[in-house]
Amino acid sequence: MPLLSFTHRPQNELEKEGRMAAPIQEDAGEPEKTCPNCRKPIPLSRLWANHNTCPCGYHFRMTARQRIHFITDKDSFFELFCGIKAADPLNFPGYTQKMETVCAASGEVEAVVCGIAAIGGYDCCIFVMESYFMMGSMGTAVGEKITSLFEFAQQNRLPVIGYTVSGGARMQEGILSLMQMAKTSGAVKRHSDAGLLYIPVLTDPTTGGVTASFAMEGDIILAEPRATIGFAGARIVEQTTRKPLPRGFQTAEFLLEHGFVDAIVPRHTQKSVLTKLLKMHHPMRGTA
Amino acid sequence: MNKTAYDKVKIARGNDRPTGLDFIRGIFTDFLELHGDRRYSDDAAIVAGVAFLNSLPVTVIAIEKGRSAKERTLRSFGSPNPEGYRKALRLMKQAEKFKRPIICFVDTSGAYCGIEAEAHGQGQAIAENLMTMMTLNVPIISILIGEGGSGGALALAVADRVYMLENAVYSVISPEGCANILWKDPSKAAQAAACLKLTAQDALYYGIIEDILSETNLGESTFYQRIKEKLLHELDVLNMDPKLLDNRYKRFRKFGMQNDPKEKDPAEKDTIQGSVE
Ligand SMILES: [Zn+2]
Repeated sequence: MPLLSFTHRPQNELEKEGRMAAPIQEDAGEPEKTCPNCRKPIPLSRLWANHNTCPCGYHFRMTARQRIHFITDKDSFFELFCGIKAADPLNFPGYTQKMETVCAASGEVEAVVCGIAAIGGYDCCIFVMESYFMMGSMGTAVGEKITSLFEFAQQNRLPVIGYTVSGGARMQEGILSLMQMAKTSGAVKRHSDAGLLYIPVLTDPTTGGVTASFAMEGDIILAEPRATIGFAGARIVEQTTRKPLPRGFQTAEFLLEHGFVDAIVPRHTQKSVLTKLLKMHHPMRGTA
Repeated sequence: MNKTAYDKVKIARGNDRPTGLDFIRGIFTDFLELHGDRRYSDDAAIVAGVAFLNSLPVTVIAIEKGRSAKERTLRSFGSPNPEGYRKALRLMKQAEKFKRPIICFVDTSGAYCGIEAEAHGQGQAIAENLMTMMTLNVPIISILIGEGGSGGALALAVADRVYMLENAVYSVISPEGCANILWKDPSKAAQAAACLKLTAQDALYYGIIEDILSETNLGESTFYQRIKEKLLHELDVLNMDPKLLDNRYKRFRKFGMQNDPKEKDPAEKDTIQGSVE
């Protein structure tokens, strides 16, 4: 049991060597990204070493694989249900071609990656949605994978950690996408009724049908700073109400203020927070 | 003449169609409306209460669009706020306590999009309904009587039996919204409606609903009598089901990729089936 030393465990290869960030590359040829918040350029290697956050605190989007890499223990992730792919049940115009393009561009076959992993030495099931795959939209495959993961977690009495990012239900699978909200909610409920822990971590953006289902059904709901979280799109709210939106509308901070998330956790402390929570809910708690 | 998908959308939205309260008055007796979510307020877009179905006490929940311009404004045109979903949930839990079946009538273009709705957790309210309804230990029957708009409709349709009226629609997005995203042109809503497969006939084909309810004599007493008899019959069946909750879970669990829809063309299914005559 790694319980005693968890607070001092290095969280990644860089920390092991006693530093939080990679050295600044003097090589002038390195590609950079400009931070939309502080407007400063950041070399990509530095961004990557800082979990895709700017020194100013701005959280850039991450791919699902990057998240898995940074949040799970080294080599502990084992992918599940990776063969599940969306069909085109409605013969929706352009959907098959769009999927082919998106698959090629993202390197993923669907908008969520599921598996088992260890975080700080604690076993869990994990799903991470992929914003670079049709904006993490939920169709039948996403619903099926998440449902299967909760069922697997229940059978194996494991907690679930879920990183959400989604534009909502996937329009191209019509009513079948809508049904995934009920289907995933059913699986979350059964997992919950079995006394098991589920922690969603809401990242930018989490909206629509995902917000109105498994994103909001956790025992403890965490969110990344400044993430957009809401049900209806801000533009639609503005059009419907014809009122100016309040400052910070639909941000993680707005949800915290109104009581809909438990805590906002910056990316660099997420692993230690999740580790503590997993430890507190571990069946062997108090015995170590 | 065959109606197009968009014709049906227009019919479903029609101002002259019976609304939730008409169904309540037509089917049940001694309806008593119960108000409020016990947390913040009462949402007039959802009408709920207790009533008799013949001699059987039931809990009835209906989305109500309203008739007059004034009433429609008061009821947010049938777009519920989180308080409405929380009222529905409160009364559904009450139904479970007193072992009353739950009958829902769904008619909404979607959950209300507003600043307060978001601040009060529209997404959380819908999510909680979806989750709780899945294990509510009494029979639940939902009927889509007009528009079934996305999560706002589903929040009252996690049921053991889901029916749609002949000209009702059920969709993940409005045809206008879909056309806007696909072609940046809301005027192509008719094409989008056809793509979305949102008619009752499509829903039956994809196994989303158990049956289509005929609109013959819509709004007349024989129409409501037919629905009443169907409800009584199905509640008899559901009351005897020892695996009610397992079957409800499986009902939704199967919507995905592992199952192909029934091997039939939707066009062949355009006839009304199974209505109790
Ligand atoms: Zn910055």
